[in-house]
Amino acid sequence: MATASAARVVGPLRGAWLRVEGHWTWYRRHWVSTLYSTGLQPVVFLAAMGLGFGSQVKAGPATGGVPYLVYLAPALLVAGAAQLGIGESSYPVLSGFKWQKDYLAVTATPVSPGQVLGGHLIWTTLRLTTAGLVYGLIALLFGAWPNAGALIVVLVGTLTGLACAVLVTALAAYTFDEGQRFGLLFRFVLTPMTLFSGTFFPITQIPVFLRWLAWLSPLWHGTELARAATLGGLGAGAVLGHLAYLIVLVLAGWAIAHRGFYRRLVA
Amino acid sequence: MTARPGLLLRILPITGYHGRAGALIERSLVVSGRSWLILVSGALEPLLYLLAFQIGFGKLVTTVAGPDGRPMSYVAFVAPALLAASAMNGAVFESYNMFFKLRYANHYEAVLATPVGPLDVALGEIGWAMLRGGLYTVAFMGITGAMGLLTSWWALALLPVALLVSFAFSAISMALVSFLKSTSQLDYIQLVLMPMFLFSTTFFPLAVYPEALQWLVRCFPLYHAIELMRGLAAGFFSWGMAGNLAYLLALAALGVWGATRRIAKLLLT
Repeated sequence: MATASAARVVGPLRGAWLRVEGHWTWYRRHWVSTLYSTGLQPVVFLAAMGLGFGSQVKAGPATGGVPYLVYLAPALLVAGAAQLGIGESSYPVLSGFKWQKDYLAVTATPVSPGQVLGGHLIWTTLRLTTAGLVYGLIALLFGAWPNAGALIVVLVGTLTGLACAVLVTALAAYTFDEGQRFGLLFRFVLTPMTLFSGTFFPITQIPVFLRWLAWLSPLWHGTELARAATLGGLGAGAVLGHLAYLIVLVLAGWAIAHRGFYRRLVA
Repeated sequence: MTARPGLLLRILPITGYHGRAGALIERSLVVSGRSWLILVSGALEPLLYLLAFQIGFGKLVTTVAGPDGRPMSYVAFVAPALLAASAMNGAVFESYNMFFKLRYANHYEAVLATPVGPLDVALGEIGWAMLRGGLYTVAFMGITGAMGLLTSWWALALLPVALLVSFAFSAISMALVSFLKSTSQLDYIQLVLMPMFLFSTTFFPLAVYPEALQWLVRCFPLYHAIELMRGLAAGFFSWGMAGNLAYLLALAALGVWGATRRIAKLLLT
């Protein structure tokens, strides 16, 4: 009688989903303060750069012959997703280990570290898709979408954002001192990546000896895919290559993060 | 006890000043000595933007209408605006630190337990933000100068203007940050900062906007900083620039008053 344990074993998906519910409970109260990162940020960029700066740009070979707004719209969705994915996986994940310690609390229940990680990634994916849809709808009002390829752009954005999120989650799992690491990541990786991954101008304008940096960045692969979805101009081989690169990043990052979560939470 | 308030401080109803703002600056210097890389990297950001404009955006748009109405090279148009924006960003990002010190580290509680008053805290933190902003400004001016983008000797006046911009923005953001309660609310900072950065004629001239929106843009403090800097960089003057300067001075005064009040209210009462 007294031996009856309150703890019940939960299935792998159920355990991860409990974390998603946990995030949702928090989010319901705080969603207003995240409006900017959830969809508004790329919209603001679209208005400023697509409409404002774009009014100064003449459609030409550099923009694929389409108005700058149309050229920019898919790329900004993906850039916004990368930003959101990285933002949601840096300090929030470290906080789960270190400040709020909710990861430690949760793994004291039958939920495993792998499920905590899974829950975080499912939640991030949901956020990315929602943000993509919100942005997509508002960009529609701007007249930024030439065709229904916009729906594929939302999926590409989610995948790219997830690739960034998984990599940064892996980094956060191995980060013990918050001191500088994320700050340096934002400065030396995120900002250059946003500026030089073909979002605002083709990477062919970047000198060859620096262009390989763009090739490494998940954002460039996502941008290529997203732009191809609405404007075309990419062969099947290239599409598969970009997709494969992003998927490999997700899987590799996940494996490293998984290891990190177990090392840190089961000791 | 040690501080003898001067005439000004006796006239103004300020009781929170004890002449020890320097101690706060010294403390920030010591702390940043341990994370100097992040400090120095702040200078990198506007340079990355500048590079992006040189090789990317500048190819899409070659010339725009400058402050005197004549066409100027796009990169030269953007450079002073980026300088203003980086002075603003440097100051506002320092307020993230302030938030942590205020809400989590209980830093100011400790400071105020010593003979240091709320105005010392405000001036100390603002002074540090200005030092930092000044460092970035000098680096940026060196590069833009070397690129031949500063065409007038008046450009030397960019440094004091950048310091004023740092002052105004760090004071006002310090006052505003004190209202935030959780880290998720730090998002509000971005919500204000990014639109201001993007729409204050940083990347395209005011004439692009419809008339009604032009007036809205004229309300942004960053717009005034940019107007001032763009004029100075090109060696072009108008009476409007006196107005821009007055706006920034007023903002700075309001910020110091607000920040002092908030710190005193949060921690001393």
